[in-house]
Amino acid sequence: MAGPSSYAELAAELASRPGQTNLRSTLIRWLLITVSLVFLGALLAAPLFAVFATALSKGWQAYFQSFVDPDTQAAIRLTLITAAVVVPLNTVFGITAAWCIAKFEFRGKSILITLIDLPLAVSPIVSGLIYVLLFGLNGWFGAWLQEHEISIVYALPGIILATMFVTFPYVARELIPLMQQLGNDEEEAAITLGAGGWFTFFRVTLPRIRWGLVYGVILCNARAMGEFGAVSVVSGNIRGLTTTMPLHIEILYNEYNFVGAFAVASLLSMLAVVTLIIKTLVERSGYRRR
Amino acid sequence: MKGPRREPNVIPGFGITLGFTTFFLCAIVLIPLAALVLKAGGMEWERFVGVITSPRALASYRLSFGASLLAASMNMIFGFAIAWTLVRYDFPGRKIIDALIDMPFALPTAVSGIALTAVFAGNGWIGQYLEPLGIQVAYTWIGITVALTLIGMPFVVRTVQPAIQEVQRDLEDAAETLGAGRFYVFRRIIVPTVLPALLTGFTLAFARAVGEYGSVIFIAGNMPMKTEITPLLIYIKLEEFDYVGAAALGVVMLSISFAMLLAINLLQVWGRKRMMVSR
Repeated sequence: MAGPSSYAELAAELASRPGQTNLRSTLIRWLLITVSLVFLGALLAAPLFAVFATALSKGWQAYFQSFVDPDTQAAIRLTLITAAVVVPLNTVFGITAAWCIAKFEFRGKSILITLIDLPLAVSPIVSGLIYVLLFGLNGWFGAWLQEHEISIVYALPGIILATMFVTFPYVARELIPLMQQLGNDEEEAAITLGAGGWFTFFRVTLPRIRWGLVYGVILCNARAMGEFGAVSVVSGNIRGLTTTMPLHIEILYNEYNFVGAFAVASLLSMLAVVTLIIKTLVERSGYRRR
Repeated sequence: MKGPRREPNVIPGFGITLGFTTFFLCAIVLIPLAALVLKAGGMEWERFVGVITSPRALASYRLSFGASLLAASMNMIFGFAIAWTLVRYDFPGRKIIDALIDMPFALPTAVSGIALTAVFAGNGWIGQYLEPLGIQVAYTWIGITVALTLIGMPFVVRTVQPAIQEVQRDLEDAAETLGAGRFYVFRRIIVPTVLPALLTGFTLAFARAVGEYGSVIFIAGNMPMKTEITPLLIYIKLEEFDYVGAAALGVVMLSISFAMLLAINLLQVWGRKRMMVSR
């Protein structure tokens, strides 16, 4: 077999060996990186920058002026109240559901898991619609509610219910696989040694699931504060009363108050960025989604 | 693993946690969904069929399904390229891009809706270059597809990423050593390993896109028969106090959700089986 006759040929032969980089693989590599960056730039980065650019298009003063509007302040307040009710409730639910599913064996468990995940598959509009059909004037409980002068739809309770529905699985679906993987051994040891149920949960279980819990809670919170479709259906869009931040964005936008709309949007974008930062930090701590 | 006979469980709280979980699930999810189905079930059959097959409803299905299929396909192609780039290549800013992928999960849909409209409108950053080429994005089906592509993108990237990590590089190298071309390796080694994840991601993105509302309505134009998606039609029926009509269309959407859920579960079972065989 004739060997390579010159250094140039030797170099060419080395480059064509598997695992080596050659011109073609470098080209493919840069082509893929460019395609990915252009795609993400147009779809993710440009809109995100556009939010801040439009919000600040008339200067900082106009930007801050948008938050003086009492209706905007009411919308921010309503969003905070909704999240303050929904996130803790869904967190308690998530922990409870994960405890019963991960720690015990029982029939119908896989059906239960599927049903908990169900809201993720349902359209936001349908998520709002079901509460209107239940509590609206022509709904199942509509007449009774009207008799007792309780309003659920077009009021805060409806907004909270619809938000709870769409964020229902967020904490549970993070904790269930995590706790299933961690197993029961340490809890069993604690109980056998005489620890009570609550003590075992707070001292043994909670420290081991804390990153998964943080992960689920921040995603639940982001969705709760940002939900649009479901809340839009049940809220009735009464300005300054039943408009959350996303709904208020729609109102301002339809009034061509772009600085106002994008100023509120910039707050929610900052929330999204903070959520992603916390999420990345949690992943750095070694937590891996299952 | 479940043994043939289980040790008695010493951990407390089974009854109360199961009770609370079931109660909460029924109150928030199951009873309201049942109300929808019963409301639509109370209609006469002819009226139900009349509502869900009206020309306006049919046009909205065509748009919702067409745009969602197109968006999910775009995501399959670009999502694979992005996932591949993030797993295989190292370049400056890779970690930031990786974190940014989840943006559509964290960003409220109304925000992405108005932001996309601002960027793709005729005077927007990108729209101004597309308009002279005769491509109008905002207020057409193209804009709807763009919005649906954005919200579906992380589903594909996040399901395909771990699958690409599973591709055995020594297998690729071995194939190349034996003289296989790059394309052959891609077709015979990479695609079979990644395919179940790619299809799962496609279905997840499609399922999310069909029901999406917030990011679409700002960029859609919302013209009946032309740029009106099915969720918007339900919303309009509600505003007209046509609760029964809204419920009927809601049941159609819900059935699609169940079908998608079933498809996703079957795909995951299939993918797990393939993984088992290849090991």
